[in-house]
Amino acid sequence: MEKKTVFIKDTNRIVQAGKDFDTHFLSYVREVGLEEVVEVTRVADIGIYDQGVVVKIMPGDIQYAQVKDTDIKRIVDETLKKGNVIQELVCTKEPKQLRVVLRNCGVIDPDSIEEYIASGGYQGIKKILSGMTPEQVIEELKVSGLRGRGGAGFPTWLKWKLTREAQGDQKYIICNGDEGDPGAYMDRSVLEGDPHSVIEGLMTAGFAIGATKGFFYIRAEYPLAVERIEKAIAKAYDYGLLGNNILGSSFSFDVDIRLGAGAFVCGEETALIASIEGKRGTPRPRPPFPSVKGLWDKPTAINNVETLANIPVIMTRGGAWFAGIGTEKSKGTKVFALTGKVKNSGLVEVPMGITLREIIYDIGGGLISDKDIKAVQTGGPSGGVIPKEYLDTPVDYENLQKLGSIMGSGGMIVMDEDDCMVDIAKFYLGFCVDESCGKCVPCRIGGYQLLRILNRISQATGTLEDVDKMKKIALAMQKASLCALGQTAANPVVSTIKYFEEEYKDHIVNKKCRSHKCTHLLNYSIMQDKCKRCRICVIHCPANAITGDKEKGFYVDQKICAKCGKCFEVCRFGAILKE
Amino acid sequence: MINAKINGMPVAVEEGTSILDAAGKVQVKIPTLCKHPDLPPGAGCGLCIVKIKGSPKMFRACSTPLENGMEITTHDPEIVAVRKTVVELILSNHPNDCLQCGRNNDCELQKLVADFAIRQEPFEKSLRDIPKDTSTKTIVLDPQKCILCGRCVKVCQEMQNVWALSFLERGFCTRISPAGDIKLADSPCIRCGQCSNHCPTGAIVENDQTSDVWAALQDPEKYCVVQIAPAVRVAIGEAFGLPIGTNMTKKLYAILRRLGFKAVFDTNFGADVTIMEEGSEFIERFIHGKGELPLITSCCPGWVDFMEKFHPDMIGHFSSCKSPHEIVGVLSKTYYANKIKVDPKKIYVVSIMPCTAKKQEILRSEEMFASGMQDVDIALTTRELARMIKQAGVDFVNLPDEEPDHILGDYTGAGVIFGATGGVMEAAVRTAYYIVNKKMLPKIELEEIRGLKGVKTAEVSLNGKAVRIAVAHGLNHVEFVLDQIRHAKAKGYELPYHFVEVMACLGGCVGGGGQPYGVTDELRMKRAQGIYQDDRGKQLRCSHENPLVQTLYKEFLDKPLSAKSEKLLHTHYKARPVYAK
Repeated sequence: MEKKTVFIKDTNRIVQAGKDFDTHFLSYVREVGLEEVVEVTRVADIGIYDQGVVVKIMPGDIQYAQVKDTDIKRIVDETLKKGNVIQELVCTKEPKQLRVVLRNCGVIDPDSIEEYIASGGYQGIKKILSGMTPEQVIEELKVSGLRGRGGAGFPTWLKWKLTREAQGDQKYIICNGDEGDPGAYMDRSVLEGDPHSVIEGLMTAGFAIGATKGFFYIRAEYPLAVERIEKAIAKAYDYGLLGNNILGSSFSFDVDIRLGAGAFVCGEETALIASIEGKRGTPRPRPPFPSVKGLWDKPTAINNVETLANIPVIMTRGGAWFAGIGTEKSKGTKVFALTGKVKNSGLVEVPMGITLREIIYDIGGGLISDKDIKAVQTGGPSGGVIPKEYLDTPVDYENLQKLGSIMGSGGMIVMDEDDCMVDIAKFYLGFCVDESCGKCVPCRIGGYQLLRILNRISQATGTLEDVDKMKKIALAMQKASLCALGQTAANPVVSTIKYFEEEYKDHIVNKKCRSHKCTHLLNYSIMQDKCKRCRICVIHCPANAITGDKEKGFYVDQKICAKCGKCFEVCRFGAILKE
Repeated sequence: MINAKINGMPVAVEEGTSILDAAGKVQVKIPTLCKHPDLPPGAGCGLCIVKIKGSPKMFRACSTPLENGMEITTHDPEIVAVRKTVVELILSNHPNDCLQCGRNNDCELQKLVADFAIRQEPFEKSLRDIPKDTSTKTIVLDPQKCILCGRCVKVCQEMQNVWALSFLERGFCTRISPAGDIKLADSPCIRCGQCSNHCPTGAIVENDQTSDVWAALQDPEKYCVVQIAPAVRVAIGEAFGLPIGTNMTKKLYAILRRLGFKAVFDTNFGADVTIMEEGSEFIERFIHGKGELPLITSCCPGWVDFMEKFHPDMIGHFSSCKSPHEIVGVLSKTYYANKIKVDPKKIYVVSIMPCTAKKQEILRSEEMFASGMQDVDIALTTRELARMIKQAGVDFVNLPDEEPDHILGDYTGAGVIFGATGGVMEAAVRTAYYIVNKKMLPKIELEEIRGLKGVKTAEVSLNGKAVRIAVAHGLNHVEFVLDQIRHAKAKGYELPYHFVEVMACLGGCVGGGGQPYGVTDELRMKRAQGIYQDDRGKQLRCSHENPLVQTLYKEFLDKPLSAKSEKLLHTHYKARPVYAK
């Protein structure tokens, strides 16, 4: 019997007889003596939701949904042993996700080049090297309509074409793996889960632009990604897929790794180049663009991990196939790191054009709490907040930008009524202020001043004039910052003011934070009708702000109260009013 | 050629011209605090933003090249509003002590604040608490006033190849400092002061010692004498609104007497003496084979410091002759003191120099105490003297001309050209040619080694032997010359040069770090023209012709390279660590 892999997705982890589903499954596999040929893996996500336990069998790509414990026996006996498909269990629901970039993640062993090849890997580069010209490769990519997944959405084919046409005795291709948005781990998952596809993408890019040397720039905080890429590169050399005269062709290509030292701005391409060159990681003015004057002043193309992972599939299945997915201007799929107040958080890969509502409700399973959704934040710290009115917007580069946000590298955070927009703006801006390289005034000082104003507002000392000041600074940052970090750092502030200006005014005028996030604006008091006068709040109050006695009752002295919320936490009778 | 429109006006410029420069062609000045004509764009300030028709963005004029068909708007209410916000943001991070600042009335930021009519500060003052660095006693670093335009870092690293200054930390905490957060005095800094000359604000200024000089002038126990360097005379007029390159020599003599100096000398006299010594040294080495070739000039203290730190293998090539102002200093306290019968201990020598490194040079080694005491007591920059003149309230520009105190004051044309790049070499060649060939150069002006090309070369014949000479200025041009020499020596090839002149600053002393602000190539050229004009106007244009120099040797020194000359006018060099600790 050939080796089989069984993936089990058990969202709610139903435990029966002390065992969960996958343990039951494994026990039975052992019972029938198949443990040598059947590998059972529990996965966090399989792309099918609200369908109970999902079982996927590879090879064959058989998917069973609504699987019960009682089905284990027949799945093993019929499908695993005999190869028969049990029709009544087959999942009929159309999956919302479409895995192109993540096609191999979690499916193949990332350390095994054989498994990558077996899944169709290195076929793209083989096809190219057995007769395609670089121009044809670029043309194929043009047909595909692939745009850069790092955030800006620049057409990949054009970037390659410009680099190809630039004059230079040496050219470079760099894979940008300096993923830094808080909460984003798309690139990390690809580097860790399918390193060879990125290498193959890098080789293809190298061939297309005429580079013989490629670099992986990966942040040092991703040790596993670095390790896997290292191993994969070594394997590729062993197999003659890297080095001189690859696959007997005249194409030679070498790959090296450089580690990022933790500066977010080094994801910006000119800063990244400076970092590889051993200089201080700060952006420089463009033009000249890296495609003309990049690494060590040589023409250089820089592509994001996700972009490169798309390349091998486009090359094997054709640009037209890829162009068939997505919207008119945004082709293919996009990986998002879905998180926040959503039931199923994790990486999701969806075709462009899917609506935010589908992602949040059909894939994400809706909100955790019964609270109403308030907004979605996309694009990481450079992105913006999209209010719930726009949930039916199809997701693509242009639409998100129109709403004042960006695609970015693919962060997506769902927020409910408990999320304060001032607080959210403060969080993201704080990140960008920390990560500003300090080179140019609008970002360095503008961001800092903007953050000070936000702090004032959340601490009840803001004025209405501050809102105008914020708009003024934000405009200067957007128009006069040198790089995209500075130009977009104010986006979270701008978009929250745009859609939630009332909430800002509530903070400023009424000194109220409806989401109870801004601690300085909170007011703790004791509801005398509910208070049992147990004194537990008095004992726990670190500021000694609660006074009174059992006769007259207890009161919070607002002048002393440190707004720590300890009383609210310890009261067993719900007698503390937080407002 | 690129054809485009700026504010509706057609403009045609060469390909690669920035929008900023192109705007200048149609008389539009786009504000900037970080772009300097000497330096590539750094794009740090964000003030030079303009709009290009068809794009919603704004672009930095300093680093965006003009392209065919572009339609640029340089000023509209939105652009001006954004610029104003940027200035306000800078101001929120800059102390308001303009009145006590070294750049008061001469500060690019202050001017912008005035131009943009900023009457109140909309943003909370957020100053960084970073102490001043006064460790070098020549250049004062005040990072609190720094707007991080990056000019000084670029100057230090790219123009001067010294790499003393860099950026430390990131974001709002970014600051300028020597790498490793050490004191400037412990860093590779050579005190050339180019950083101070390019700084738009008061973040890097010279250590102002004018009050020390005022005190000395008031001290009845002190007999104050003064000398002015060649490049000072053609630059100081700028501080009084005169055209660049105006020669103020005779007015300087007059003002210095009015300030209270008892004798007014001229460093150009010292330059003539330097040529006698250094020229003779070259003849010794070249004709008589005594000592290593090529001979490299040593009158620039920035260059001496740079060589001792970075190229100590070249020490043997260095001329041992002191710099001209040190020569005037030591002669003031020996020869002159003896003549006028004044106790040399009472003599207080002030040098007015275009240079900040001279403040350091006067203490650099024991040879600077050859008279038995410190030969030069204090060195002021051109900028400091301008301040003193203004404090004295004298109408400098309209003073009657005066003459120097002849004994150490008269100079030849060869002495004055020391102030421009190539000048020391030209002066040395004029005299060496005469000494060896027993006749004057057929054409006294060596045009090949004048001008602003980084490395200039020429050939002259001495006694039928070809002398190959090279002139480098701006320290980033030096390595190339030194490497050529090293390569030839290592391989045993014929030497590429026999005589090399190096000046640390671009353009030589006219572009010195202590000169009035606003230095550009055009300005360097104009100042140099002022110097060459002075030379042309002189009857005597070779150092050996200076009758007072001849008297000096006859009465006091005997002859060039005599034992007395060696003791008083020569020095030694030693390798120094790049980092002090």
